[in-house]
Amino acid sequence: MDTILKVEHLKKYFAVNVGGPFTRQMASLKAVDDVSFDVGRGETVGLVGETGCGKTTVGRTIVGLYKPTAGAITYCDQNLCVLTNEAMRKVRSKLQMIFQDPYASLNPRMTVGNIIGEPMDIFSIGTLAERRERVQELLRTVGLNPEHANRFPHEFSGGQRQRIGIARALAMNPEFIIADEPISALDVSIQAQIVNMLEDLQQNLGLTYLFIAHDLAMVKHISDRVIVLYLGKVVEVDESKDIYRHPLHPYTKALLSAVPIPDPRIEMQRQRIVLKGDLPSPVNPPSGCHFRTRCPIAQPICAEQQPELRDMGSGHMVSCHFVS
Amino acid sequence: MNEDNVLMRIQGLTTNFHTYAGVVHAVDDLSLTVPKDSVVGIVGESGSGKSVTMMSVMRLIPSPPGRIEGGNVWFDGAALGMPDRTEKEGPNKGMVDLLGLPADAMMKVRGRHIGMIFQDPMVSLNPVLTIGLQMTESMVVHGLATKEEAWKRAVDMLALVGIPNPEERMRDYPHQYSGGMRQRVMIAMALSCSPELVIADEPTTSLDVTVQAQILELMKELKAKLKSSIIIISHDLSIVAGMADKVVVMYAGRVLEEADVYDLYEKPGHPYTMGLMKSVPRLDAENRERLVPIEGSPPDLLSPPAGCKFAPRCKYAMNICREQEPPLVMVGEGHRARCFLHHPAAPAVIGFVKVD
Repeated sequence: MDTILKVEHLKKYFAVNVGGPFTRQMASLKAVDDVSFDVGRGETVGLVGETGCGKTTVGRTIVGLYKPTAGAITYCDQNLCVLTNEAMRKVRSKLQMIFQDPYASLNPRMTVGNIIGEPMDIFSIGTLAERRERVQELLRTVGLNPEHANRFPHEFSGGQRQRIGIARALAMNPEFIIADEPISALDVSIQAQIVNMLEDLQQNLGLTYLFIAHDLAMVKHISDRVIVLYLGKVVEVDESKDIYRHPLHPYTKALLSAVPIPDPRIEMQRQRIVLKGDLPSPVNPPSGCHFRTRCPIAQPICAEQQPELRDMGSGHMVSCHFVS
Repeated sequence: MNEDNVLMRIQGLTTNFHTYAGVVHAVDDLSLTVPKDSVVGIVGESGSGKSVTMMSVMRLIPSPPGRIEGGNVWFDGAALGMPDRTEKEGPNKGMVDLLGLPADAMMKVRGRHIGMIFQDPMVSLNPVLTIGLQMTESMVVHGLATKEEAWKRAVDMLALVGIPNPEERMRDYPHQYSGGMRQRVMIAMALSCSPELVIADEPTTSLDVTVQAQILELMKELKAKLKSSIIIISHDLSIVAGMADKVVVMYAGRVLEEADVYDLYEKPGHPYTMGLMKSVPRLDAENRERLVPIEGSPPDLLSPPAGCKFAPRCKYAMNICREQEPPLVMVGEGHRARCFLHHPAAPAVIGFVKVD
């Protein structure tokens, strides 16, 4: 499998004021701190972690919505970080994004046809009639009625809006789609519809997905590989079918054991690893291993030394001092 | 005293919202029983009426546009201590109808006898008052304690829900707490007057999965310690699985199924419940199986379909389902389902018990 996207030592720091309302004291919030991974063509990679772990920032930095602080993002042998705006624009047509909130990501004053057709307008593709034709085709692809192209977003339900967002992402025949929590705003019975559709689209159009979510069960279902992030750092990478059976990092173990299973017989007697406390502030992360403040097996060395991301064989990467 | 160990019995509750577009039938003829010392889970998608039901019980429906148009909410009279309002005769002997109480009497019930944990702890705590003030308020208002006693009890409650340095944290404001800690404060607050019933409306929806696990563990622990019944509302079947004794599945303002937790997950008696279970992936699944979604979307409550509300999305729907609404029938011990497939004349579908 050839690599379509390679992220190397990506860092994204945001400047934040920690001084209070009248005193200015800037600090850097390390949203993404030295993250490296690659994605093969046709693969689905899941990116999971709690709120504030930097998963959305990684996605947004890849499509160029944020400028990275350091590191390199290589997409089809082009380093996106050094491209000019004009060159980046060309790349971006092949690199699309599906957003989390289908209510906020569609312009309420534009018709659905215009929303889906806008990427083609921007890149001046085809004649007006051809574009209209393509919009109808896209609406059919995502399971909506082509006659609804003249309607406005408010006339659709949440699940239908997410389909519109997906149709817009497909308009330019992309190769790579970053789906940022595409189903978390939807009802349970609708989530499966959207996930199945994403799987079908991948099969038919040969798409590659970076699937960002906090729902581990869904990520495990849709992804080939899973990357677990904690406080801006990668803690574990593995095949999705193996990560549930043999998680190595204590954080992954805790995360998996926190996911409820819809079966009372299992659920009532499950031994949970309950993590204490909350995620530390990314402005002032703990020294050494970021997870040590909540880790059940932390030792003095964890405070002193940052663990390296080590390969444990067949692509299973983990960053912990006590995993062998 | 009522004999049959019932804490609360909702009978035929109907709540409508009168909007410019028409009447929204949010809850339609809903009946539900909460036994003493039990956990009842209510599962449903957004718009299924699960929150409106509980707001109706608390009589917190904004009116207008909302109106409770029928039904009774019977609550154990011995717990309320309102002898002159307690039914003396009939099937609801020893119970008080909350919907019939005057506003001032209802105020004595809220917080004191029924505690509520809301979904979003940031919105439901007052940002300009200290946690201590908000914690002690209900105890003082209900006359359970003086200010000093209430303060002491609030500190104990904060310690009980696992807030470190409770003495100091009492003087903090809500923004100084993290999301998970605020939800712990909400729980402490709901429990501070030792209510007989606690209603938790999606208590973990806005929280991360690791914090959700903390809160659920805490609720289980407290349930064992304090003798309250809990109603837990969620859209997630898996959260309810580990907590509830009895589960009620709601759809379009109706109860579609009600069963003991084990029965519901092992032999669901309604196509909607079955559909919900097949449409979520399981973390412990060995193979990657394709999900089976429920096609279509929930009905518009302004003009709900005639007959069974789930029929337009149901793959087993028969002609009668589109014409007539099925009744809620007993399909097993303590197991009720609203589906014509249980009728002896219906075609056989795997997993459905026939009853007369």
